[in-house]
Amino acid sequence: MDFSFTTEEKDFRAQVRAFLDREVSDEFLSDLEEQDEVDFSREFTRKLAQKGWLAMAWPKEYGGGGATTMEQLIFNEEMGYHHAPTGGHRQGISLIGPCLIAHGTEEQKRKYLPPITAGEVVWCQGFSEPNAGSDLASLQCQAVEDGDDIVITGQKVWTTNGHRADWCHLLARTDPNAPKHKGISYFLVDMKSPGITARPLLNMLASRDFGEVFFDEVRVPKGNILGEKNRGWYVSQTTLNFERSGIAWPASAKRDLELLIEYAKETKKNGESLAQDPLVRHKLTEMAVEIEVARMISYRVAWMQSRGQIPIYEASMSELFGSELLKRLGDVGMQILGLFGPLERGSRWAPLRGRIARDYQFSLGLTIARGTSEIQKNIIAWRGLELPRV
Amino acid sequence: MDLGFSEEQEMLRTTARDFLTNECPSELVKQLAADEKGYSPEMWKKMAELGWMGLTFPEEYDGMGMTFLDLVVLLEEAGRACLPGPYFSTVVLAGYTIMEAASEEQKKELLTKIANGDLIVTLAVTEPSARYEPDAITVKASPDKDDYVINGTKLFVPDANVADYIICVARTKDGASPEEGLTLFLVDAKSPGISTTLLKTIAGDKQCEVIFEDVRVPKGNIIGKLDKGWPVVEKVLEKATVGLCAQMVGGAQKTLDMSVEYAKERVQFGRPIGSFQAIQHYCANMVTDVDGSKYITYEAAWKVSEGLTATMEVSMAKAWVSEAYRRVTLLGHQIHGAIGFCEDHDMPLYFKRAKGSEPTFGDADFHREMVAKQLGL
Repeated sequence: MDFSFTTEEKDFRAQVRAFLDREVSDEFLSDLEEQDEVDFSREFTRKLAQKGWLAMAWPKEYGGGGATTMEQLIFNEEMGYHHAPTGGHRQGISLIGPCLIAHGTEEQKRKYLPPITAGEVVWCQGFSEPNAGSDLASLQCQAVEDGDDIVITGQKVWTTNGHRADWCHLLARTDPNAPKHKGISYFLVDMKSPGITARPLLNMLASRDFGEVFFDEVRVPKGNILGEKNRGWYVSQTTLNFERSGIAWPASAKRDLELLIEYAKETKKNGESLAQDPLVRHKLTEMAVEIEVARMISYRVAWMQSRGQIPIYEASMSELFGSELLKRLGDVGMQILGLFGPLERGSRWAPLRGRIARDYQFSLGLTIARGTSEIQKNIIAWRGLELPRV
Repeated sequence: MDLGFSEEQEMLRTTARDFLTNECPSELVKQLAADEKGYSPEMWKKMAELGWMGLTFPEEYDGMGMTFLDLVVLLEEAGRACLPGPYFSTVVLAGYTIMEAASEEQKKELLTKIANGDLIVTLAVTEPSARYEPDAITVKASPDKDDYVINGTKLFVPDANVADYIICVARTKDGASPEEGLTLFLVDAKSPGISTTLLKTIAGDKQCEVIFEDVRVPKGNIIGKLDKGWPVVEKVLEKATVGLCAQMVGGAQKTLDMSVEYAKERVQFGRPIGSFQAIQHYCANMVTDVDGSKYITYEAAWKVSEGLTATMEVSMAKAWVSEAYRRVTLLGHQIHGAIGFCEDHDMPLYFKRAKGSEPTFGDADFHREMVAKQLGL
């Protein structure tokens, strides 16, 4: 048993940290916030690509860095801690990229992978629909063969960056008569195709990062099916052995906690600092403990992967615990800020650039996106504890 | 980074689990809870033969020379089986105190006997003020010719009723700070002036009130240096805290295992109750608490075993596990329904032990305050 990192791993962390300290400065983050952006920067994505870190997890033969699981863990931990934006590349690097590597034809790999590793293309995910959220497999978007093309008609929703993506990886139904999981195909769709309308939705933070995407008889060449026809559901489940620790959540929480601790030490109430208040101490230390537990739960996933094991319920546990953690932290932060909590960035009285107010609201989405907490618990119960599915 | 145990540690775990499954069934646990002594001398002998008492003692004292982390594996299995008796007191509390501070002569005498299963020893720290802090120590030891004379009351002393020796933390001097002026005395439990009363606890573990009335202890029975006992106590409490977390993890895992098994077997409304989402989500919450408890405990245990500074991690582990084990037992009871409420079921063993363990060596609030200090709050 050994909870320490090697010298090389520590050196790598130091390198990543130095880069992120410089590139993801308070000014950089502040600029993003000005634009109501928190998680999207093509410029930053390209800088990571130039550093050779964007596709660090990919095999070298596909333009990747061939990084070990631990290196990926360290990188993702530092990225999370620095609140670095990943929206410009996450879909490509972590989702569609690995599926292409596992299931793409040589031609598809040659065409689609290099722009992803170069950070030059933004992908969006065409999965959820108004009537297909947790029950994604019940999706209804139609895909009908017509000559050399497939014609796609339907609506996707909660599509992050739909309005500014270059490409969309999409699940649509090619066989309405087959059992629901077995009639879905996976498509690579050019967002400039005629018939596509992307409409961003305003979220409660006045930000427009996700939206609706309408497909009105959009023609997609047959060559743009990824994997076999009607096997799309299974292709999309490919996760490969890329790091799935979910470390970004506890790492991000750690940074926020540090900011709250600083705030508590500097802010006075009734002649003493907030940090002297036993209730504040209790809240902050409770969060510190939970963050460390979350970190260990994430590390456990990465450790399993580093040994070639496939984490199943363990990854769900990490996602569940990490996302719920951020909700609790947002709440604790708001409690400590008191009347100042609900002040938005822009007011000279808003502490920490209104970050806690933003985190508090934003965190609501974390226990819903990428598998709701309820679904994660189902997976833990079914696949981790083998409790019966009815 | 390697979060797993070694092959040898896994073998130790398997051996321990098999032994305890056979030798320490829950019927025996319940019998011993009602028994005055609270342990089985036959089992004690067998454990000594397995080398468990001297697991971490150097080989020159008939020990196995294994590490604290190895002991943690054993303690986890002990917790799983609710092992009753003075193992923890003798091996963790007393054993580490002696290894840390005793003279060569004392080590030879005491560790060898303990390793062979011939001696039971405990450590008396807490008093009616119920705190694990140096300023809470009011039991006094005053010099008188070749002896010290001890007066005062210790409370919550584990296994004092069966101990051959009680290592008593007493104040020998009022120093500039409360940490100074505390001394460790090896007291023969049969010394005149000692009154030991067994306290009845919900979990049946043997905790005692020990009243010292003019108890004479030879100067040669001081362990370590005069007035310099507290740093030793701190180190031992650190190991004890992590060791207890390991026991709690073992108990929590067993609670989870029992509950999942029951959820799969118990049929209501024509289907196993484990097919209902509420029960499934309870189980998911339980395994999350168990796994989180494991790894935060292992992190602290590894650091302590490596001799690294672990003040933050130890307190984080105890703060978390104290509450997580409780949560797990509450859900375990909920899943088992009414049968879990019966004395002849095993759930109450874990529920009660979880609660008994919560305040031991500092509750979550105490340890969170330790974390606060470490964070510079």
